[in-house]
Amino acid sequence: MLKQFGKIGRAGLVALAVMATATVAQAADISGAGATFPYPIYAKWAEAYKAKTGIGMNYQSIGSGGGIKQIKAKTVDFGASDAPLTGDELKETGLAQFPMVMGAIVPVVNLPGVKPGEMVLNGHVLAEIYLGNITKWNDPQIAALNKGVALPDQAIAVVHRSDGSGTTFNFTYYLNSVDAKWAAVGVDKAVEWPVGLGGKGNEGVAALVGQTAGSIGYVEYAYALQNKLTYTDMLNQAGKRVQPSLASIQAAAANAKWNSVPGFGVILADQPGAESWPMTAATFILVYHKQDKPANGKAVLEFFKWCYEHGDKLAEDLVYVPMPKNVVEQVEDSWKTVTDASGKPVL
Amino acid sequence: MQDIKKTSSVMTDTPKSHRRSRGLNWGDPFFKSATFLFAMLVLTILSGIVIVLFIDAWPALKQFGPAFIWTSSWNPVKDSYGAFVPLVGTIETAVIAMVIGVPFSFGMAFFLTEMCPHWLRQPIAIAIELLAAVPSIIYGIWGLFVLVPICQKYVEPFLIATLGSVPILGHLFQGPPIGIGVFLAGIILALMILPFITSVMREVFAAVPAVLRESAYGLGATRWEVVWRVVLPYSRVGVVGAVMLGLGRALGETMAVTFVIGNAHRLSMSLLAPGTTISATLANEFTEADGELYTASLIALGLVLFILTFAVLAIGKRMLLRTSGKGGLA
Repeated sequence: MLKQFGKIGRAGLVALAVMATATVAQAADISGAGATFPYPIYAKWAEAYKAKTGIGMNYQSIGSGGGIKQIKAKTVDFGASDAPLTGDELKETGLAQFPMVMGAIVPVVNLPGVKPGEMVLNGHVLAEIYLGNITKWNDPQIAALNKGVALPDQAIAVVHRSDGSGTTFNFTYYLNSVDAKWAAVGVDKAVEWPVGLGGKGNEGVAALVGQTAGSIGYVEYAYALQNKLTYTDMLNQAGKRVQPSLASIQAAAANAKWNSVPGFGVILADQPGAESWPMTAATFILVYHKQDKPANGKAVLEFFKWCYEHGDKLAEDLVYVPMPKNVVEQVEDSWKTVTDASGKPVL
Repeated sequence: MQDIKKTSSVMTDTPKSHRRSRGLNWGDPFFKSATFLFAMLVLTILSGIVIVLFIDAWPALKQFGPAFIWTSSWNPVKDSYGAFVPLVGTIETAVIAMVIGVPFSFGMAFFLTEMCPHWLRQPIAIAIELLAAVPSIIYGIWGLFVLVPICQKYVEPFLIATLGSVPILGHLFQGPPIGIGVFLAGIILALMILPFITSVMREVFAAVPAVLRESAYGLGATRWEVVWRVVLPYSRVGVVGAVMLGLGRALGETMAVTFVIGNAHRLSMSLLAPGTTISATLANEFTEADGELYTASLIALGLVLFILTFAVLAIGKRMLLRTSGKGGLA
């Protein structure tokens, strides 16, 4: 009987030891929520990071407004937003903000027979379409820009975002910069659109444009590529025709003075330069200065540090432009202000 | 009640040696209090919901007052909100759903009880139950990917060409055919409420005593006359209940409607234009509503929907009360 006891005892000890090591080896997953704009690249980075370190990153793509709301409610470890918070808002909420990656907002159309990059639009025409002043595809203003493209005599079905969106913020910011009449609608994450259907998330807009013939919408470039939508070229501030690409996004970001705004909150819409994509946007991460859970704060900053150091190739595959090296240095320097309760930096 | 009294008097009169077979005395009062508690719990939850809705919607109600119900702007930039557009959308889609769904359900129930060959009855009944089991979001996705192109290419141009030119009704069918809109949302809602109304109607028709039906047939009535003049008046209460059930679902349906209604906060005469309903607005905007007035206005919308549903149910109940004397299945 003692022998049996010994066997069981030893087996029990082994089981306990295995369980103990298992619990020690398992680190907490980090959670974030917010913008749908960078969701494709965040998902790719999370996958690669988990393969490398075993720590998962759970990201809920609910829109920039949702991201800001959730980080304010402290239900997630970090929030993501394409609409940067102002210096006052950052001070008031105690949040730290830094840019993660830059992408392009592209107009997408659903016109059978038109290939991606075949059409070109400018900011003024885009604003007039979204104000409801241009209602048909064969309108003279569109035709003037697109000689040689067969435009049908069909009504334009305008598609916008129905949720609180940083993409909308950057898009309306651009339209406001190029068309005086847009001031009536305003610049915000959610506005009162004069015309159009609403889709939820970049995903929703992409689905609606894909389904509705004669529609136009605005999505982040990765969504246009992944859903095989027909995007258009744009005429930028210099009057030159540009395509969405890594080069045109980088050109737009080249003149950005990242230090000039609190929390690096620079808006990259309508930047000067012959090669600049006019609807470029940076997307931001929000974390608290004072971390309630320092271990989670550390894990979040370690994840983003890894993304800065190893995520460039993955980002460029999806046509997102990584932040320039000097900006990364400034951001990592600013992480010293992310501390635990005693004031010690978490990273 | 009387049995309990009888038992207790038996309990006290019978000597102890005979009480073994009587069973426990505390079971009945316990059961009574437990079920009373459950009923009270339902009332408490209901009043709790109403109270919480009121408290959370108070900033918006204070700011806008009763004008909230007929204001048609919805402007997060200027912080000006009004329930009119979602409310009209909710009512429009529900009415379209009922106008299309109720005759169809009635026809299906009629067919199943009167004319269907026996071997076909079970398969159709099972198919209807399965239709009820399909999750509403699947209806939405199916609507978006299958019905929208069909609607845009064939159905809507046809409606615009034919009904669009009719004098007064034509105003409802104007505008470019985009597929997405209030009309398609109404059609999908009709599909969703069909199974509920059909099953209840079918059961209610089937419960009419065979004597009544056969007497009518014996007197020479046609099938239509039997259903319209004998079965339907007899089962009026059940039919009204079924219709109210369907209407309740149509008013509150969220995900299926959000996919196909276009989420546009604009009033339009045309049914082919995009619009929004209260539930679709809440689904789209609630998670990101930033700001006290925005959130409070959304909750005030929820309160408006609650009151609307309550009013509809009350009207239904009143109709039942008026006809309960005349019908057979009261």
